[in-house]
Parts: sequence; C-alpha cells; structure tokens
Amino acid sequence: MHEARIGTAMPVAARAPALMPLEVRGLAYEAGGAALVDGIDLTLTAGEITIVLGANGAGKSLLLRLLHGLIPASRGEMLWNGSPLDRMVRARQAMVFQKPVLLRRSVAANIDFVLAARGGRDAARRDALLHEVGLSDHAGQPARLLSGGEQQRLALARALATRPEVLFLDEPTASLDPASIVKIEQMVAAAHGVGTKIVFVTQDLGQARRLAGDVVFLSRGRVAEHSPAEEFFAEPASEAARDYISGRIVI
Amino acid sequence: MLSLRVSLTATALACLIGLPLGALLAVARFRGRNALLVLVNALMGLPPVVVGLLVYLHLSRSGPLGFLGLLYTPTAMIVAQTILITPIVVALSRQVLDDLHAEYAEQFRSLCLGRGQAVFALIWDGRYSLMTVGLAGFGRAVAEVGAVIVVGGNIDHLTRVMTTAIALETSKGDLPLALGLGLILMTLALAVNAMVHGLRVTAVRYAHA
Ligand SMILES: Nc1ncnc2c1ncn2[C@@H]1O[C@H](COP(=O)(O)OP(=O)(O)OP(=O)(O)O)[C@@H](O)[C@H]1O
Ligand SMILES: [Mg+2]
Repeated sequence: MHEARIGTAMPVAARAPALMPLEVRGLAYEAGGAALVDGIDLTLTAGEITIVLGANGAGKSLLLRLLHGLIPASRGEMLWNGSPLDRMVRARQAMVFQKPVLLRRSVAANIDFVLAARGGRDAARRDALLHEVGLSDHAGQPARLLSGGEQQRLALARALATRPEVLFLDEPTASLDPASIVKIEQMVAAAHGVGTKIVFVTQDLGQARRLAGDVVFLSRGRVAEHSPAEEFFAEPASEAARDYISGRIVI
Repeated sequence: MLSLRVSLTATALACLIGLPLGALLAVARFRGRNALLVLVNALMGLPPVVVGLLVYLHLSRSGPLGFLGLLYTPTAMIVAQTILITPIVVALSRQVLDDLHAEYAEQFRSLCLGRGQAVFALIWDGRYSLMTVGLAGFGRAVAEVGAVIVVGGNIDHLTRVMTTAIALETSKGDLPLALGLGLILMTLALAVNAMVHGLRVTAVRYAHA
C-alpha cells in the first residue's frame, strides 16, 4: 500500500522507503531559557489525517516547525520510519505557514518557482493547481496583492506542487470564506486520498470533526492528549481539552 | 562622455561582483561572518586616493600588472572605481537582502533550496530595492575624483573625465568653467537618479507589493 502511495505521490522517490510512521520521543524546544515545547511523545501513522488542537500559544506552530525541521529541537529525538530528519526526508514534506510567505512575484511565478526548484517547470500543472484553488483569473497578478484568503489558497497550491508525502498545514483556512473552506478541505482530503500524510492545525472544531482521524491536543507546550477523533470529541480525557472544547461550544 | 562610461561600467562590474556577495552574506551563517561584515563596512570608507594609489602601484610599469600597460587608460579608471564601490554594493545589498531573507528563510528551508537558489531568488525578488543600491554605487563613482586622477591621469580626450576636468580647471583658476562642469555633472547624476526612480516606481506598480 505504501508502494502505491509513493508511486503516485513522488515518482522520483519510488524506491525510497515510506516516511511514516513518525516516532517522536521527549522532543523539546527552548528559547530564552524557557521550554516552549517540552516532553513531546508522539506516534503518527500513515493512515489518518492528524488534527492538532490547542489554545493560542499552546505550541502548535512550534511543534509543526520542529517536525518539519525548520527549527532545531533542543532535546529529544524524532524518527521518520526510522530515518532522522535529514534533507532527503524534509524534501518529501511541505508546509503551509500560518502567515503565508509569498514571493514578490506573480501568482503563477510563485508556483513556477517551486516547480523549477524541484527540477520540473510544468505550465500545465501550474495552471491546473491554480484552477483548483480558484486563482486562474489572478495568475498574472502580483501574489502579494491578493486578499488574505487568496494568499492562503495560493500557499496551499504551492505546497501541493511538490507532491509532498507529508503535508503540514498551519491553520490554512483561518481567514477563508465558507466556500473556500469547503474547497480547501476537499483538496486536503484528496491529497490524503492519494496517500499524503496530513498534519493539520486548526481552531475550527467543526473542521476538526470533519477531517480528523486522530487528534493531538496541546496545552502549554505539552501533548495533553492524543486519541482517535471519535474518542476525543465524545469524551476528552484531559481536563484542558474538556475546557477547550466546552469554551468553544459556549461561544 | 567618458565620465558616464567609466562610472557606468564600474557600477555594472561592482554590481556583478557585489550583489551575489551581498546576498551570500545575507543567506549564509558561518564563523567569521561578523568579522567579514565589519571588514566590508570598513572598505566602504576607503579613501579614493588610497585606492588610486593601490591600483597605481599594481599597474605602474614596475608593478606586478605593469605588463598590461593599463596605466593612464580608461580601463585603469574603471578598475579603480570598481574597487572603490564594490564594498558599497556588498554592504548595502547585504542590508537590503537581510530583511528579505528574514522573511523568506523558513519558506526556503521548507522547500529545501540550495544556497545558490536562495541567493538568486533573493536578488531577483529584491531587484527593485537593489536598484537603489546600484544607484548609491553609481553616485559614489561619479563623485569620487581622487582614485581616478591617480591612475587615469588627466589626458585630454583620452582619460579626462568631468571630475578630473573640474579639478584641473579649479587648479588653473578657471572657476566659472569648473563650476559649469560641476553643474553638468550634477544634472547628469540627477537625470540618472530620476530615470532609475521612475523605472522603479512603474515596475513596482506592475509587479510587486
Ligand atoms: N522564537 C521564539 N522565542 C520566544 N518565544 C517564542 C518563540 N516562538 C514562539 N514562542 C512562544 O511560544 C509559544 C507557542 O507559540 P506557537 O506559535 O507555537 O503557538 P500556537 O499554538 O501556534 O498559537 P496560535 O494558535 O496563536 O497560532 C507562544 O507563547 C509564543 O509566544
Ligand atoms: Mg500558530
């Protein structure tokens, strides 16, 4: 099954072993003398969409950046199907940042840049991606003049352009209109369908319920709970998660 | 218009050398980087006469490059000016690209870009700000007479550029002519400035935010 997945996701790596499962032990990140993320023990498997929940400042974005190797861990270890997080592993992953970082170029050129960096300019694929996120009419525009929601959609299209085997999404629908949210969720589900591992941060509990296979709940830089979605939403084990969920429901 | 040719060529050469270096300094983190930054900043303040002298010593008949016979040619003037303004281009482009790099760094790391790819992308995306850097280099090239006099001499029609002419007329006591030439030089610099500015404004409107 993994063989088929890699075949569709990344032909170049057809013989490379799968990236999942991910094993994390005792992962910590410190800055300015404080442990912002600490004692993270996690096992993520290939099959599910993993939703990461937690209050503002809980460490969700930091955790994603650690897992994707954008910042070095202060402690702990992380193995992607037994491999350390080296360049080869990172190249098979992609991330959509909470604040999209778009190049000072046209919408189309933002995708072309990524395709070219991976050795394959492909105008047809670029156009298909733009069409999918509904930005075809904006292809020639400067990317940074797009609206906030449009920028997020472009960032997603750009991340998908690399055909990642693991896709980290940090609140990718935070400022989108309802129709765009549906669109993005469909794209994420489609990527998941062809075997891409999705790690998805959101504050939208409805969205979490729609997408989640399993839920990682963070509280003050620690994993308070990691359970299958049905369990998590039926009866959160941790008090922090109960508070978080009930707070949202009351609002 | 020897003035313009010498200064423009020197600016172009300085950008060719200086921009990639500046971008590399913005992207790379290595031991000794800070020392290098200090050095570049110090070189920015090189007295033109010193540069002129150094180039003179190398190019003069008894110097290591004397066999090239370049002394008192426009090429020698271009070399001197290039040496003079390359540090400016390096230091200023490093500053400009540092900010851009701070914004792009994580995205580039996520994409697993190589250093060369990052440098090239930074220069491309910063091209409008970098125009200003080139302009600063050009401004210095036009303004500095010292380096050029030493190696260019002041041979009518061959190596006489405006600044050397101004210096000559001043020393001869022909102040009105010197002032007139000064005015032309300033107008020239202004025109180039205005051109680059106009280019930049329209380009930014079309391509950027
Ligand atoms: N480089 C840093 N230096 C110091 N503190 C940091 C740094 N990066 C993040 N933090 C702190 O770490 C905590 C977790 O940040 P993080 O961005 O992971 O939160 P989050 O869960 O993504 O929150 P949000 O829901 O608001 O996006 C925050 O309190 C933040 O201020
Ligand atoms: Mg965050």
